[in-house]
Amino acid sequence: MISYLAKRVAVLLASTATAGVVVFAFMALLPGDPAEVALGVNATPEAIEALRRQWGTDRPPLTQFLDWIGGLAAGDFGVSYVTSSPIGQQIGERLGVTLTLVVGGMVIALIVAVPAGTFAAVHHRNPLGALISAASQVGIAVPAFLAGILLVFVFAVQAQALPSGGYVPLTEDPSLWFQSLLLPWLSLGLVQGAVLTRYVRSAVLEVMREDYLRTARAKGRGRMGALWRHGLRNAAIPVVTVLGLQLATLLIGAVVVERVFVIPGLGDLLLNGVAQRDLLLVQGVVMVLVVAVLLVNFVVDVAYAVLDPRLR
Amino acid sequence: MRRIGTWVALGGLLLSAACGGGSAATPTTATKPLAVGFVAEPANLDFTATEGAAIPQALLVNVYEGLVKLDQDGKIQPLLAEKWEVSPDNKTYTFTLRKGVTFTNGAPFTADDVVFSINRVKSDWKLKIKSQMDVVDKVEKKDDSTAVVTLKQPSNGWLYSMATRLGAMFSRTGVADLANKPVGTGPYQLGSWKRGDSIQLTANEKYWGTKPQVPQITLKYFKDATAMNNALLTGGIDIISAVQAPESLAQFADTNRFQVVEGTTNGEVVLSMNNSRPPFNDKKVRQAVRHAIDHRALLDTAWAGRGQLIGSMVPPTDPWYEDRTGDYPYDVAKAKELLGGKTHNVKMRIPNLPYAVAAAQVVKSQLAQVGITAEIDPLEFPARWLDVVFKQGDYDLSIINHVEPRDMGIFADKSYYFRYDNPEFGKLLASADSGTEQEQAADLKAAAKLLSEDAAADWLFLFPNLIVAKKDITGGLPKNGISEAFDFTALTKR
Repeated sequence: MISYLAKRVAVLLASTATAGVVVFAFMALLPGDPAEVALGVNATPEAIEALRRQWGTDRPPLTQFLDWIGGLAAGDFGVSYVTSSPIGQQIGERLGVTLTLVVGGMVIALIVAVPAGTFAAVHHRNPLGALISAASQVGIAVPAFLAGILLVFVFAVQAQALPSGGYVPLTEDPSLWFQSLLLPWLSLGLVQGAVLTRYVRSAVLEVMREDYLRTARAKGRGRMGALWRHGLRNAAIPVVTVLGLQLATLLIGAVVVERVFVIPGLGDLLLNGVAQRDLLLVQGVVMVLVVAVLLVNFVVDVAYAVLDPRLR
Repeated sequence: MRRIGTWVALGGLLLSAACGGGSAATPTTATKPLAVGFVAEPANLDFTATEGAAIPQALLVNVYEGLVKLDQDGKIQPLLAEKWEVSPDNKTYTFTLRKGVTFTNGAPFTADDVVFSINRVKSDWKLKIKSQMDVVDKVEKKDDSTAVVTLKQPSNGWLYSMATRLGAMFSRTGVADLANKPVGTGPYQLGSWKRGDSIQLTANEKYWGTKPQVPQITLKYFKDATAMNNALLTGGIDIISAVQAPESLAQFADTNRFQVVEGTTNGEVVLSMNNSRPPFNDKKVRQAVRHAIDHRALLDTAWAGRGQLIGSMVPPTDPWYEDRTGDYPYDVAKAKELLGGKTHNVKMRIPNLPYAVAAAQVVKSQLAQVGITAEIDPLEFPARWLDVVFKQGDYDLSIINHVEPRDMGIFADKSYYFRYDNPEFGKLLASADSGTEQEQAADLKAAAKLLSEDAAADWLFLFPNLIVAKKDITGGLPKNGISEAFDFTALTKR
């Protein structure tokens, strides 16, 4: 177990370092100069030069890279060109919002997928099970932003029951906070739930064919009882893999959903940063997203080991 | 009975007069906070160093005030200056300043701040528009409430510039962190800023003038037009400051709930042609383009018929506006004749903005009818468009809304991306700036005519000012969007 963990940690660190290089290189390749964008049609060549000097974007790329990666290692993201405020603080404020969104979406996805998928597997020969399969197929085809637009149309514009967008911090008003996040959670969660339902269904079907389950039935356990006691833990392994992959998808989905619902999360920060060529900010946000995905993979790897002793 | 009624009414008048006279009077009709939807969030709050219409839109007139301001008809009105006198040679302006004005940091506003603010444009501003202040020779304090500005030569444009962000008055002790902490003399001050979401302006309790009726304005930012429309439909905001897609107006057709205000702006949607390289270095080809475009059909298709047709770089709210739409009537035969049977392949590099994308499709199909094949190449705005088209001038055709007020002068700069070069045009502008008011108007009319006849570009349409508000906003919505500011100070809500 220890050597397994050590190996995973080493992979995590190496991937993070590689990601740093790749992220910086991509930003360097991105056409458009931050100083030119900030000054727009009103720029004079002298002003652009002065701004480049002020921001340090006139230095050689390698110097800029070492400066940035050195700062990151010390936990300093630098100061945004455009807003002239610390990037770490901005990311911190936004990360909480996005994580709330992603975790809430995941919870809804699980609440939908585990019962629905299990039910569809157990009843895979009845019309009801087939119906769930079909419904999940439709859910897979719908992107999260479209689900968001539809939910807004029905629950906000038509029913006037929930706000169409905006975000209220939890500390300000818990009830409004919940209302402002309910539709975004649903639009992320229902779509991911549909995807997950398929995996849960096939995993449970797989397990149901196993010998040990038949043995359990032979000992006198009912179908659900056998599944509950012996089946679900084994079915969880492929589902956890997909869950890990889906967390990454959810994080990306959140970028778009944030725009639909006007939620000031990381995605919003990222898109603004790209539009304004606030390169340091973009690099910082992308790094945080990359590290988040790597961390999720790490946790998934560890979860395997916990679920399946053979992997230790 | 009638007599009693009269007396009651008079009493009410007296009472309100008394309240209005007292400096400490709180507005008796204070209303609930308002939320206004905007498209672009300011990158920061420093319009002296960062380009972007969003910053002056939020702060000018509301937070920062100048000596003068622009009214809805494009006329210059007093603001922090009670009055001003111009010397007979039109070179010296003596401003009498309002007394009892303080900045929101507590410092009093005096002639020293006027000297400081005007000099600071030259020394600290980073934007090209600061050159509009180059004409200032010196600015001096005569006494605490009198400032004297001397120009190098007479300039009609200078006082107008003073009504834009260039004329904003800053406190000598309030410019340390302009990007985050604006300090002005206006009726509102910055309350809070939730980045990525909204800016809150709260009423300035110590404001020298009539206090605004709405105690708190929230400027909410929406990158997505549908999200903004939904917010108005569901009560999340009270006003859409600028409608992004005119076809969406149908949602607000219920006049019991909404009102639509439509007016003009300073935004000329220009079909720019690169005057420096083939085929558009040939005046005949440019003229052919102007004849080939059916502007009415284009406006109807691309922007739901909202907006106005113009034929040159002057909006109808400028005093020297002349209708130039007849210079190049839609005439396919004439266009073909001008092209002399030749065909051309050109690159139309447009910003990826809704109006440009919509108009480009129509322009492409109309040009195809006269033998000009335009390949549409949408570029990310602002970064890519600025770099490729604006800076490098690597384009044949482009479409962009030039929103700056009184911006005909950009055609006088031959390095500007139009690459238009006619010394005659520059001379007309120079003579307009130094002449009398009549001479100015005559020269600018001639300049606009010259631009149109030279076919320096084509003017597709004048961008409309389209505001949608809830029915209970009873006043103060600006009909014409011709100043850089979105003026909240006169808004009233039932």
